[in-house]
Amino acid sequence: MRRLEVLLCAGTACLSSGSRAVRQALIEALSAHGLTQEVRVVETGCMGPCELGPVLLVYPEGTFYVRVKPEDAEEIVVEHFLKGRPVRRLLWAGEAPPLKELDFFARQKKVVLANCGMIDPEEIDEYIAVGGYEGLIRALERSPEEVIEEVKRAGLRGRGGAGFPTGVKWELVRKAPGAEKFVVCNADEGDPGAFMDRAILEGDPHAVLEGMAIAAYAVGARQGYIYVRAEYPLAIQRLERAISQARSYGLLGGEVLETGFSFDIELRMGAGAFVCGEETALIASIEGRRGEPRPRPPYPAQAGLWGKPTLINNVETLANVRHILLQGADWFSSLGTGTSKGTKVFALAGQVRNTGLVEVPMGITLRELIMEVGGGVPEGRRFKAVQIGGPSGGCLPEELLDVPVDYESLRQHGAIMGSGGVIVLDDSACMVNVAKFFLEFTADESCGKCTPCRVGTQMMLGLLSRITSGQGTEQDLDRLEELAELVGSASLCGLGQTAPNPVLSTLRYFRDEYLAHIHERACPAGVCTALIHYRIDPEACRACDLCRRACPSGAIEGVPGKPPYLIHHRLCIRCGACQAACPFGAVHKLPGRKE
Amino acid sequence: MIHLEIDGREVTARPGQTILEVAEEAGVRIPTLCYLSGLSPRGSCRICLVEVANWNGKLVPACATPVQEGMRVVATSPRLTELRRRVLELLFAERNHICAICVSNGHCELQDLACELGLEAVRVPYRFPGLTLDASHGKFVYDPNRCVLCGRCVRACSEVEGAMTWGFSGRGIHTTVEPDLGGPWGSSETCTECGKCVQACPVGALVERGKATAEQEKEPQLLAQITERRPRA
Repeated sequence: MRRLEVLLCAGTACLSSGSRAVRQALIEALSAHGLTQEVRVVETGCMGPCELGPVLLVYPEGTFYVRVKPEDAEEIVVEHFLKGRPVRRLLWAGEAPPLKELDFFARQKKVVLANCGMIDPEEIDEYIAVGGYEGLIRALERSPEEVIEEVKRAGLRGRGGAGFPTGVKWELVRKAPGAEKFVVCNADEGDPGAFMDRAILEGDPHAVLEGMAIAAYAVGARQGYIYVRAEYPLAIQRLERAISQARSYGLLGGEVLETGFSFDIELRMGAGAFVCGEETALIASIEGRRGEPRPRPPYPAQAGLWGKPTLINNVETLANVRHILLQGADWFSSLGTGTSKGTKVFALAGQVRNTGLVEVPMGITLRELIMEVGGGVPEGRRFKAVQIGGPSGGCLPEELLDVPVDYESLRQHGAIMGSGGVIVLDDSACMVNVAKFFLEFTADESCGKCTPCRVGTQMMLGLLSRITSGQGTEQDLDRLEELAELVGSASLCGLGQTAPNPVLSTLRYFRDEYLAHIHERACPAGVCTALIHYRIDPEACRACDLCRRACPSGAIEGVPGKPPYLIHHRLCIRCGACQAACPFGAVHKLPGRKE
Repeated sequence: MIHLEIDGREVTARPGQTILEVAEEAGVRIPTLCYLSGLSPRGSCRICLVEVANWNGKLVPACATPVQEGMRVVATSPRLTELRRRVLELLFAERNHICAICVSNGHCELQDLACELGLEAVRVPYRFPGLTLDASHGKFVYDPNRCVLCGRCVRACSEVEGAMTWGFSGRGIHTTVEPDLGGPWGSSETCTECGKCVQACPVGALVERGKATAEQEKEPQLLAQITERRPRA
């Protein structure tokens, strides 16, 4: 008789923090206490609060353990499973409320992620038990046109970033002339700090397969490809398993569910170029050519893979589809705002208490997302900005925290929805440096095909480096804006067209900080090493000599026991070793260059 | 027939024609660089960008964009000239384009474009990369310092000659054109020494060995002459 189910997160984050070892320890402890028949351990996909991993959830009552170590297994088994007393020190915040009432989960609305962390992603039976592949059955009962109409009415838009209406795209492919058509799932997730698609692929791979099958039926395709990055080995492994299980159940392959509809899926691995997330570059890569975009039109809907009409949808978009077929367009469009329907998965990262994966209804404000779901910035720090939309997105300041999260509002303020990366920055972040970081990323990932992106991003980077190294002039800001305009308007693909966004949005909201770098030769956040200095407070210094011994460049002068100690700014390389070494907090990092 | 407008003039076109082809027939000049008649369009240099007024002013490469019914194309405007000039400026600054010491001085498409677009000074800093000259080939010389990455050699070699000797390597600012995935050209096993790449090259990156500046005039029209004579598939 099964008494308890232990759901152990086996997403990439929890695996990195050691959930495999926890599983092993649990299984050993269960067997030592003769509970193997009573307690089952299930490895699931991502549960969300990655920072607290490894996490595990005990059902039926829903006890949520965080930061579990292998050596905790014995205690959990004895205290909880045998004696019925949850191990308080391992509970989230030491409390045991139902999972749904924890702040982190209460504000969320899980649609796409509903199965992640709840089912074993390697067992198709578990997926079917919670309604899996029923969406496909509903779709096959209707005509392809009716399916497209339902998706259009639902108002689903592309979750890869651009927000193109999914149903309209399907219709374009359906109506495109040609007997052979393809469905491609874009799983080339590459934004720094974004891992929504990975979590879906690892935690609920069948949802993506089902979405693809429904899409294929709607547009008239017989073959599908999932283009997934090779850096996601676990996602690839689970997808391969899911595809072979679906084939053996007659859910993929010839005569799906004994209807006249045939559809099969193959995986294609990306070799690690960010630009291959752009649809025409992705097509080139699948075809075996260099991953370079080409001008559109013609769009892939007209001439895509091997010149045939091709539907390309993102992982999260496809994972939404089955819910529309199951619960109806009206239900789906009741979630969200006027133009942005449904939910969106975000990867919360940076200076926020609850980093991890969250799913919220569209239209929630940034403040709710960051302060309530994310728990705000850690103690003692102040919120400064949120970078949303990855390298194509922008940085929004505190004044704009009440902006609703929908495609139009974010774009209007200089950011984008993007694929869902949200990086929270606190007062220790230099906005010029943040802009430079993202531009370095896009410049490095530029494929080099078109002139504005290849050369223009380098020129912009040169100007930003001048500013962060204290050689900038106000004229450089004009140059930067001119180049941003050029790169944004003249580049061939979305990578170049959106590359200037982090620069433009920081110039718009944090111009003061740029000006401080230029006029005062000071980095207010204390990040740009050329524009800061260290000072030893003579009052606090105890002349212990630790700083002098830690200094790698011999920049500190002083005699043990005889304060004060002094820093020679000319010799100082501003590495901060003295500050780290000082036991009295006497070394301060201050903005401004000192010669 | 497709009806569209280029610079306010109503023109007709056959399906499948590009904006550039239709503009040429109508006598509207659009400057180009990576485009070469006889090769597939690449749309990468961005010199031939035109504006489609009824696509929200979207900028598209004239060489690679098929015409569509009702399109209103702006091919000539002060904004476009400025934009093309800026792109050209980036090309000059990217490598070492110093006309006075270049073997293609006087018959160089990059130089011609600078004159046509009125580029008088380059305001962005020159990058001056120190790329290695490849003079290992018996008949030709490749100087990557003068390359504009238009890919005309790559396409001439694969689409017309079928040798596929030239290809792109690296990415972003580190992109280069290389024979057999990395030189030297002289020891290439695929090169047929046909010289089509040299004739296709718009600048002094690929030149004939031993020819003086005055003798270095190229015949890029050869590529179209060859392909036009071939039977169509």
